[in-house]
Amino acid sequence: MTSFDSPSRARGPLLLDRIWQINWGLVLLLGMIAGVGFAMLYSAAGGSFQPWSEKQMIRFAIGVACLVLVALVDLRVWLRLAYLIYLVAFALLVAVEIRGEIGMGAQRWIDFGFIQIQPSEIMKIALVLALARYFNGLDLDETGRPVLIVVPTLLVLAPAALVLKQPDLGTAIMLMAGGAAVFFIAGVRMWKFGAALGLAAAAVPIAWEFLRDYQKKRVLTFLNPEADPLGAGYHIIQSKIALGSGGVFGKGFLQGTQAHLNFLPEKQTDFIFTMLAEEWGLVGGLTLLGLYALVIAYGFLIALRSRNQFGRILALGVTTTLFLYVFINSAMVMGLLPVVGVPLALVSFGGTAMLTVMFGMGLVVCVYVHRDMEINRQGEAGPE
Amino acid sequence: MRQERSRAKVFTRRALLLAGGQAVLFAALGARLYYLQVVEANRYTMLAEENRINIRLLPPPRGRVVDRFGDPVAVNHEDYRLVLVPEQIGDLDKALDIIDRIVPLGEIERRRVLRETRRKRGFVPILVRGNLTWDEVARIEVNAVDLPGVAIDPGLTRHYPQGAVMSHVVGYVAAVAEHELTGDPLLELPDFRIGKNGIERHRELDLRGAAGASEVEVNAYGRVIRELGRQDGRPGEEVTLTVDLGLQRYVTDRLAQEQSASAVVLDIHTGEVMSLVSSPGFDPNLFSTGLTMQQWNALRGDPRGPLSNKAIAGQYAPGSTFKMMVAVAALETKAVTADQRILCPGHLELGDQRFHCWKRGGHGPMNLHDALKHSCDVYFYEAARRVGIDRLAPICRRFGLGEPLGIDLPGERGGLIPSREWKQATGRQAWQQGETILTGIGQGYVLTTPLQLAVMTARLVNGGRAVVPRLTRPQGVMRQDEPAPRRDLFPALGVAPASLAAVVHGMVAVTNDQGGTAYAIRIREPEMAMGGKTGTSQVRRITMAERERGVRKNEELPWRERDHALFVGFAPVGAPRYAVAVVVEHGGGGSSVAGPIARDILLETQRRDPARRVPPQHQLAQRE
Repeated sequence: MTSFDSPSRARGPLLLDRIWQINWGLVLLLGMIAGVGFAMLYSAAGGSFQPWSEKQMIRFAIGVACLVLVALVDLRVWLRLAYLIYLVAFALLVAVEIRGEIGMGAQRWIDFGFIQIQPSEIMKIALVLALARYFNGLDLDETGRPVLIVVPTLLVLAPAALVLKQPDLGTAIMLMAGGAAVFFIAGVRMWKFGAALGLAAAAVPIAWEFLRDYQKKRVLTFLNPEADPLGAGYHIIQSKIALGSGGVFGKGFLQGTQAHLNFLPEKQTDFIFTMLAEEWGLVGGLTLLGLYALVIAYGFLIALRSRNQFGRILALGVTTTLFLYVFINSAMVMGLLPVVGVPLALVSFGGTAMLTVMFGMGLVVCVYVHRDMEINRQGEAGPE
Repeated sequence: MRQERSRAKVFTRRALLLAGGQAVLFAALGARLYYLQVVEANRYTMLAEENRINIRLLPPPRGRVVDRFGDPVAVNHEDYRLVLVPEQIGDLDKALDIIDRIVPLGEIERRRVLRETRRKRGFVPILVRGNLTWDEVARIEVNAVDLPGVAIDPGLTRHYPQGAVMSHVVGYVAAVAEHELTGDPLLELPDFRIGKNGIERHRELDLRGAAGASEVEVNAYGRVIRELGRQDGRPGEEVTLTVDLGLQRYVTDRLAQEQSASAVVLDIHTGEVMSLVSSPGFDPNLFSTGLTMQQWNALRGDPRGPLSNKAIAGQYAPGSTFKMMVAVAALETKAVTADQRILCPGHLELGDQRFHCWKRGGHGPMNLHDALKHSCDVYFYEAARRVGIDRLAPICRRFGLGEPLGIDLPGERGGLIPSREWKQATGRQAWQQGETILTGIGQGYVLTTPLQLAVMTARLVNGGRAVVPRLTRPQGVMRQDEPAPRRDLFPALGVAPASLAAVVHGMVAVTNDQGGTAYAIRIREPEMAMGGKTGTSQVRRITMAERERGVRKNEELPWRERDHALFVGFAPVGAPRYAVAVVVEHGGGGSSVAGPIARDILLETQRRDPARRVPPQHQLAQRE
């Protein structure tokens, strides 16, 4: 990796330099992961680029362009826009909620004609941005003051509550876990996490009452899938059968019986990892997880390398969000977590999740590009 | 600056902690993957195969049933069914309209098709109509272009070319009932038929064969993707009957002149049943296609009992045909000798009871020969009294009476040979001597089936061998060069030849000596002459009052109260080969009703001589 003194710490690197500074190795890794996705979508369609693989490729291309654009923007611009982006995302979430209330059905997305956007996906990144800006403005002592924790806590809980009401348990969990990770790295005292966990545990019975029947069923099914093998437990059981029957080397590309004979549900979206592990076996599954691990490691390194707190928190927050996508999805299809409807980032068929992740990774790269920039607590260049 | 540095330090420390945490969780994913894909791989592989592979049963063709010369009695007819596959059909209503023009569909049928279409999955074929005629098949095929998703499906239906003639021998097949499920998956096929009666039921397992299986790959909705392998089943075995179809047809026609009758013709040496008819019969074809409620009720409600096989399940007091048993018992126990004379004054007195002879005024002194020839009741009252029920019953059992003979048909009944123990077991008062006396003429409690009477006759005239009747030939179709049967196929009954000879001699006199009760109906061809015994079995009690007024004639009684007419016989008298028993329910007198039928049957039997001769047309077929 090239590392040298930036021409100006105050203004940040020049545009050409910035393009040069973009971490193309990371982009290549993302491309490999997406490539696995194309192959699996090709297989899911029974050996055809239609209807999924081709669309996904176009989306990835758009995603790469988006990543580069995001990465080239001055990091301070993102800091300045952070709250605005959060507000827009929150407004969209409310809009979805209101539309649901006035009887147009429970939809999670807004249709802009050329693209459908799921505000809850945008919120995952917007939340990280907002928290990064907030904690950038606090020094360590201030971070330790409970009063100053109230605002970021609300920043997390408000959208989480809205999403939970949709109802989208997976996204709500991701928002809260991602928020907690940011709190943690920002330096919030450990005992507060203990207290929050205790409160959460106490809230479980109350939360249980708020869950929809099908969500309760999913949790119960997760705890004992065999109790209802043809009903709610069917997905988990069939997914485990597909994984297990893949063995070490898999059944071969396009040869997954569970996937191709439709025993595996939603193989092109939430259960695409299962299909991969059925056709490519343990080797394929571990390879994909390894690629993700490399991307996440990259994210951590970039965060650690950054000289500004905003960049550090942003990079780590986004990286952790990616981690949560991967972990929740694969743990879910392996029967370690209930089926909560979290896609496998970059691989599952779906536009919003793809763009969200690419936008987020654009921010990570942006942090890398501006790694030597110093940003004070007011969000301006220069030492604090 | 210091603040900033400490903030970065905290960040670095916590970032590393977070990285560690995430690494641990990733490791957990890897471990889980290892557990599922390596440790548990075999179990899940099996489950995946179970998911994917489905076994489809291929029903075996049911075995044919043929008569002793190979003529078909039960066969499988290729039958064409009209089926439609809803998902290929497009506009169902329009398709049904087109079908309706070729094969008129009733409103009910149409509604059933629509209902099944809604209930079943789109690729499952739905039966529109079975048993299409050739004409209908052709017209459907011509219109095939307008009828996508409509197909003609060949299937097999059981067919009985002989119709009612063989109904009680062959039985019939019908859909499997709930209680008949044995776990054989074949029985669960929606169209499967199993034997419900007759040979079809008795030899069900042989006729059924074993199912083949086709291993197919299916998807989660059960649609067949491809066939992976096929294992052919074993077709059902062909069953050869001992029955001579030609004779069976003759007997059926002959019995059809009466309201309700049955007859059995036996080969006295082999036990082969040459003919077994219970009249009226029914058309077994009705059952394979499914009969209407109306047809079913008509069959069940008929007082002549077309559904019951009276030849093996009808139990009748044997009347005078039982006198041979009393005679054998008397000679064997030496209660009476063959030449000893007993006086018949027209009745026998026992205490204050009086037992009448059928002949008012009596027969005078009678020896065994004359008593059989004239069917003198008083002689057999006295003989039975001297033998006693305790010695009579075991002799009867030796001749096959009192328990089922084990013929290869379901529903055979055992009749009844009363005894002291039996009467005690039924909880009535002790055995009375009067009951022994009544048993002497085959009345009272004693009951026999026509099959038992035929077997009894056969055992009398075959040299005292315990021949057992059978309906199937394990050796297959009869050939011209079939060796004559050995005479020691069956164990001896342990009855003295002299006793048998004396009784048989009496039976010959019945039909051949002037004055014999059946002399009028004798066979006049000397080489075919028959011996026999008439019997009339009283259905009602004749009261003292009626006897004083004069016993009413049968013709004056309603059908159900008339006597049963019985006749047992054998032929030819020189070297007996065939035995026959005929029972005409409520037919009246044995000599006037049952006798002529038995004579005609014995004549026809000897003309055909199915035990020794293969008919010419079959000889030709065998040479080819």
